[in-house]
Amino acid sequence: MTFELFIFYLFAAVLVFAALRVVTVRNPVHAVLFLVLAFFSSAALWLLLEAEFLALVLVLVYVGAVMVLFLFVVMMLDINVAVLREGFTRYLPVGLLVGLAIVAEMGLVLVRYFVLPPGSAPKPVGPDFSNTRMLGDLLYTHYVYPFEIAAAILLVAIVAAIALTLRRRPGTKHQDPAAQIAVRRRDRVRLVRMDAEKKPE
Amino acid sequence: MTFEMPDFWLALPEMFVLGMACFILVLDLFLPEERRGISYFLAQITVIGAFVSSLWVAPAGVQTTFDGMFVSDPLGTFLKLAIYVLTAGVFLYSRGYLRDRALYKGEYYVLGLFGMLGMMVIVSASSLLTIYLGLELFSLSLYAMVAFDRDSLRASEAAMKYFVLSALASGTLLYGLSLLYGLTGSLEMSQVAQFAGGHAGEHYAFVFALAFVLVGVAFKFGASPFHMWIPDVYHGAPTSVTLYLGAAPKVAAFAMAMRLLVDTLGPLQASWGPMLVVLAVLSLAVGNVVAIAQTNIKRMLAYSTISHMGFLLLGLLAGTRTGYSAALFYAVVYALMSLAAFGVVILLSRAGFEAERLGDFKGLNERSPWFAFMMLVAMFSMAGVPPTAGFYAKLAVLAAVIDVHQTWLAVVAVFFSLIGAFYYLRVVKLMYFDAPADPEPLTARLDLRVALSANGLLLLGLGIYPGLLMGWCLAALH
Repeated sequence: MTFELFIFYLFAAVLVFAALRVVTVRNPVHAVLFLVLAFFSSAALWLLLEAEFLALVLVLVYVGAVMVLFLFVVMMLDINVAVLREGFTRYLPVGLLVGLAIVAEMGLVLVRYFVLPPGSAPKPVGPDFSNTRMLGDLLYTHYVYPFEIAAAILLVAIVAAIALTLRRRPGTKHQDPAAQIAVRRRDRVRLVRMDAEKKPE
Repeated sequence: MTFEMPDFWLALPEMFVLGMACFILVLDLFLPEERRGISYFLAQITVIGAFVSSLWVAPAGVQTTFDGMFVSDPLGTFLKLAIYVLTAGVFLYSRGYLRDRALYKGEYYVLGLFGMLGMMVIVSASSLLTIYLGLELFSLSLYAMVAFDRDSLRASEAAMKYFVLSALASGTLLYGLSLLYGLTGSLEMSQVAQFAGGHAGEHYAFVFALAFVLVGVAFKFGASPFHMWIPDVYHGAPTSVTLYLGAAPKVAAFAMAMRLLVDTLGPLQASWGPMLVVLAVLSLAVGNVVAIAQTNIKRMLAYSTISHMGFLLLGLLAGTRTGYSAALFYAVVYALMSLAAFGVVILLSRAGFEAERLGDFKGLNERSPWFAFMMLVAMFSMAGVPPTAGFYAKLAVLAAVIDVHQTWLAVVAVFFSLIGAFYYLRVVKLMYFDAPADPEPLTARLDLRVALSANGLLLLGLGIYPGLLMGWCLAALH
């Protein structure tokens, strides 16, 4: 076993363990942290595949931004874990049985018949090779059509999220900075002329 | 690296729809509430423009562009035209319904157009990647549309169920597609098909991938045993969205089946044929038998969808050109029938009242003889009574099945159709022979009345002269 292979198995084992803990751990905050670990290990696997740019993006975007947001949401929401777990033990035997049957069947087929097409194994590339540049080249030429559709999907996600959650409540108290700046003295202060002493009647 | 400039011209309808959808999205922000009609008219103009441009750019033969990711062929053009007509019909029918319920917002049309764009992408996909992306674009729009009435608990529940189950089905489909990529090293449908045809050795691995792909396709059809979402979603969604769900997506599901099963895994027809037999027989049984027990018309029509999808699959599993064209004919005719039936449901509903129960159809003949007749045509067409289009659609599918010597399947299909006829005829009985619970005459906008009449007459016309549409279906599959 070469050192590279050893690293691969190490990170793969960590990844599988972390993924398993995401769904089995009791505390939702811990589950999110295990998901971070899972992302991090898969980023390491991508590094081994010489996909450096994607590995870094995975860490930066998913671990750095998405998961932090997740953590916020999980901590802000008061999730009652006990209710979520209701019926877990009751359905566990059936779930396990079905899962194991599927895994066994899949194993029987895939181990015997799954053959990769010849010449499909990636060859190592030289140190001058920039896969960031390569990605950019491919993304905006050969894959421009799927790329545009992906953009449309993200747009739909934004539209859907806003259409479903934005509510205009009448009578909410909010500040309008433009109106605050444009205010004049006479809008706020009224000078009232009063005599110092009450006139005798 | 060599790069060939793609032929953008072929994708003109897609680009037009995307551009217009973005334009309506932005414009709608600046429209006051009482000018909302502008969004509606722009959406209709978009659909009409897409129709015209699709006809305009359609090439004579088969052309691919964007490095083999986009295909433009007669089948694609025909399916797209059908999708435009159905979507325009849905927008037209749902306008009054939305206005009565404070759902009359530009987002409904924007999401509807994006859904249509997703269907167009599926229809003209020639790569596994594009078909998946098209599917996601289309499903994502539908989830949001189902949940559109956000104060309704039932709609939110339906959207949640639809989202979770559909995500599971998408995952299954994606797994199957990734296995195909692993086996062949290509995402292009024609290359996968070539490889699958030439490598009998890895046959089992291909069948394995096929099983996962088929689950994804069957879910989109709503074929049993992957039908669980259909009744709840049809029932829970606002009727205008149910209308959308029941019409054009059936044509898109047919397109997906044609692209994935026939174009990509055509050499494995001997394997997917029997799988489709199971799906078809189960759908026919579950759909027709369970529909009898329903008292809610939307749920009843949902189960009827399941049984109709069983019929459609019968045409596909025949695996012949006549079979495919019969299935295509069935898909288009079913979408028209569903449009008419849900159109009448919308016609009967008013502000604050949903005509959902079967009892609401009582004595419709006394309230409006013409629209009772339109519902009669839709119900007879679904049941397969001549001279309606539904009869001819069923006949063509059965003929295709008998042609490939699967007579027993035809017998099973006819048997379950007979059971199904009961609940269609029950609606007719309620309309003509029962006293109305609410004797008020119907009021509806002129455009809805005209469109619904045209829809019903079209079902009759296609039943009397099916040759025209059937000819187009055959030509599309040349």
